[in-house]
Amino acid sequence: MRVSDVLMEVPEKREMHVTYSRADRIFRRIVTAGALTSLIILGLIALFLVLRSAEVFRTFGVTYITGTEWNNAAFDPTIPVEFSIGPMLVGTIVVSLIAMVVAVPLSIGGALFIEFYAPRSIYKTLVSLLDLAAAIPSLVFGLWGIQVFTNIGIRWSNFLNDWFGWIPIFSVEFENFGRSPFIAGIVLGSMVVPITTSVAREVYSRTPRDLIDTCYALGSSKWGAIRAVVLPFGKSGVIGGAMLGLGRALGETVAVFLVLNLSFRYTYRILDSEGGNVASIIASKFGEATDFEIQALIAAGLVLFVLTLMVNMAASAIVQRSAGKVNR
Amino acid sequence: MNQARPGNGVASSVEGAAMAVEPEQSFLGLETRGAHAWFSAHHALANVSLKFPERTVTGLIGPSGCGKSTFIRLLNRMHEFIPGAAMAGQVLLNGKDIYAPEEDPAMVRLKIGMVFQKPNPFPAMTIRENVLAGIKLAHLQRDDHDSIVESCLTRAGLWKEVKDRLDASGGSLSGGQQQRLCIARSLAVEPEVLLMDEPCSALDPASTLRIEETIKELARKITVIIVTHNMQQASRVSDYCAFFLTDGGPGYLVEADDTRKIFTNPKDPRTADYVQGKFG
Amino acid sequence: MSMMQNSDSFSEVQPERPWAKRPEEVRRSAIKFVVAAVLAMVVVRFTGMAGIDGWALVLLGTIVVATYVAARKLSGKDRKNALVAVGISALALLAFAPWLSILISVVTKGYQALHWTYLFNDMRVTTPDDELNMGGVGHAVVGSLIMVAIATVVTLPLGILSGIYLTEVRGRLTFLVRFIVQSMAGVPSIVAGLFVFTTVVQTMGEYSGIAGAAALSVLMLPTVSRTAEEVLKLVPDDLRNAGYALGARQWRTAFMVVLPTVKSGLITAGILGVARVIGETAPLLLTSLATNGFAINPFGGTLGSLPTYTFSLLQYGTEYAVARAWSGALVLLLIVFGLFTLARRLGRKK
Repeated sequence: MRVSDVLMEVPEKREMHVTYSRADRIFRRIVTAGALTSLIILGLIALFLVLRSAEVFRTFGVTYITGTEWNNAAFDPTIPVEFSIGPMLVGTIVVSLIAMVVAVPLSIGGALFIEFYAPRSIYKTLVSLLDLAAAIPSLVFGLWGIQVFTNIGIRWSNFLNDWFGWIPIFSVEFENFGRSPFIAGIVLGSMVVPITTSVAREVYSRTPRDLIDTCYALGSSKWGAIRAVVLPFGKSGVIGGAMLGLGRALGETVAVFLVLNLSFRYTYRILDSEGGNVASIIASKFGEATDFEIQALIAAGLVLFVLTLMVNMAASAIVQRSAGKVNR
Repeated sequence: MNQARPGNGVASSVEGAAMAVEPEQSFLGLETRGAHAWFSAHHALANVSLKFPERTVTGLIGPSGCGKSTFIRLLNRMHEFIPGAAMAGQVLLNGKDIYAPEEDPAMVRLKIGMVFQKPNPFPAMTIRENVLAGIKLAHLQRDDHDSIVESCLTRAGLWKEVKDRLDASGGSLSGGQQQRLCIARSLAVEPEVLLMDEPCSALDPASTLRIEETIKELARKITVIIVTHNMQQASRVSDYCAFFLTDGGPGYLVEADDTRKIFTNPKDPRTADYVQGKFG
Repeated sequence: MSMMQNSDSFSEVQPERPWAKRPEEVRRSAIKFVVAAVLAMVVVRFTGMAGIDGWALVLLGTIVVATYVAARKLSGKDRKNALVAVGISALALLAFAPWLSILISVVTKGYQALHWTYLFNDMRVTTPDDELNMGGVGHAVVGSLIMVAIATVVTLPLGILSGIYLTEVRGRLTFLVRFIVQSMAGVPSIVAGLFVFTTVVQTMGEYSGIAGAAALSVLMLPTVSRTAEEVLKLVPDDLRNAGYALGARQWRTAFMVVLPTVKSGLITAGILGVARVIGETAPLLLTSLATNGFAINPFGGTLGSLPTYTFSLLQYGTEYAVARAWSGALVLLLIVFGLFTLARRLGRKK
């Protein structure tokens, strides 16, 4: 028999099993159970929120989301009990959008600055500063917002109203600028900036170095290289980071609660001192709520839960996809 | 027409740094005089004096770690992007020091282009946009985009293969084609010198030969300096060769001469050992 | 032919950086900047633009104009490059400005209510309007510590188990687990509070510290899991393979080889989780509320905490109350930053 004859016979594949010892099986079972607690908790949250608020939805149906009344009939039993979060939901989206309009340019600028413009010697310090800023509790942002920023915000609101009041969103009914969605949005935005900047910076730092070098080798300036290579490369990652920030903004309670004046009116005027926020209304009404009212607040929590879950899932998907792109 | 021979006024490492450099009358081409390079405290390259005349191909050969790549990054001012980088000596293009304070580094890089080891067309751009990328990035005023695209791709030996799909993505080409696209891209800004850092090491032999043909064609109009680990490639493609070595310290130039002389009858025994494959 | 050791003869050659800005250039730029700042102050004084934001705006305008003028002789591309650099720096500064302002405000407004026994007193007999040297934040700190400690005891093992599952066991549910942890990280804090309210509080019939701890656990678990996974991922597979090659079973390898290497990393995971939740207010408003006196029994009714202390003082609104709120915020920030520094130092020790 020649060697080549022997080599030509391909033997049958053998199945390879991994058999774990009893101790290992117990180990794996415990570990898996521990890992699944997150899933269980998330499921329980959804379950309990739905259970405890079902009656509210059964009673009010869609008007819970679209209506504008919130009466718990505690003081005047003749008024029909009605709960709806329409203006709160719209207001949440408005305030969060303002926050993102503020946060996204600042975080792209901040990320580009740290990665490409700052002196290398302070690079690590700046990254640490970003992490620390992300750790500042939202309560402190709210405190700063109401005590320090509001005056500045009022000045800006005055300016916007004076020069751009012809644009509907900048018009006002009363020149009372202190607790508006505008100011709440800016405070919320500055709270979201550390998160979005961190993600953007991470993405930009992963730009392949030789693409940037090629731009320079072709006689490009720094901004030319950034525009041609860095920004396109980081686009999806930055969008994912922005959505993560949006998810955070949608669910934020205390910072907005301290700064915004809640009112059950649909309004497009962001400089007026009235707005809505689902999380804040829960915190606000909880203390003296009737039993049924508490269920209505739980329903509001459910709406918020679903909304932020969807945004966060989309954000994770986008961020994962852009991270995978690097391993081309 | 040749480098680093004793007596023609250009100092070479073999003869020692003590020899003064007599200024030559406007030497046309690229020249270094006593070039050193550091990375922070690490002295990576020492006293390299070389001349690269117009329209020639020079191969830089030597084992890895001798500073060849560092050297060519000195030539187009890419070395300074590395944090902690420092240099000494002069790099002259047609008699003018490219490191002079009044020189714009971006302008220098237009005249002295570079092709990298790994083919890297811009992934977000089409083939056509890739070729024109340099013109856009450097804000050059050119109206004849179509003819530029055709002439550069032709000179890079890629035109016939892609002329019907100029709007395809840059990443849809094979490795060898991508590298030729990168060459075309560098040619679009009309450099006088083209630096190539091991351009074929990531490619298969067939593509390698194509690119070597391209290099020989390019040398009819511009100067090419190519770093290569492949000695056969150096002997096939280059007119002159410069052999670098390191003794554990900074890399330095051992010998530079006509390619034929380097490969058949080099002056330095270390060169002879290297080209015979005895090390590296 | 003599073979020279080239490294010897070049000690006289000095490394240079011909591309770097000369010291005179740097000095000139610094002077220009100072002049612009002073000019901005003058303009502000005369045009009635108020506040630090007005000054910053005028300063930016001055710098933009100066940059444009200086770049007049350059090509269009380089001029754009210079202006963009100014723009990006401005955006970055604007991004950092609020945090800077917060730090300055918290320190300058917070130290007023600090006094020697601040950390040891409570507010049982002090009203928010009393003199600032009365009362203290001790009860709030103690309450926070108790709830956070309970939360850590619960979440740290669970988070480590989750991390071990993702890195050691790597079962079929890996993608699901990672996805769930990521999704849980996005749950709003008030929703966590509502959830605990509907379960623990309504079952127990009272607000309590244990409910607060439960809400904090829900928020803390994703952070601990994620950090634990990252830390465990850093252990090179070679180490695990060495353990298996020696015949050790999976669980033994995990406990005796992998975990000890990342001990400090897992502690870091716990510390970062604590830093994440110690400032949370909203969930506590629905679960543990607040108290005025020292309370240490998590099962015995409401429990004080730093965030609710600060929050309720802020709601009270009078001058002294707000000053106390700033001090509460200061203590909170000190704790959070201290935890972060501790985590970083632990991480570096490895």
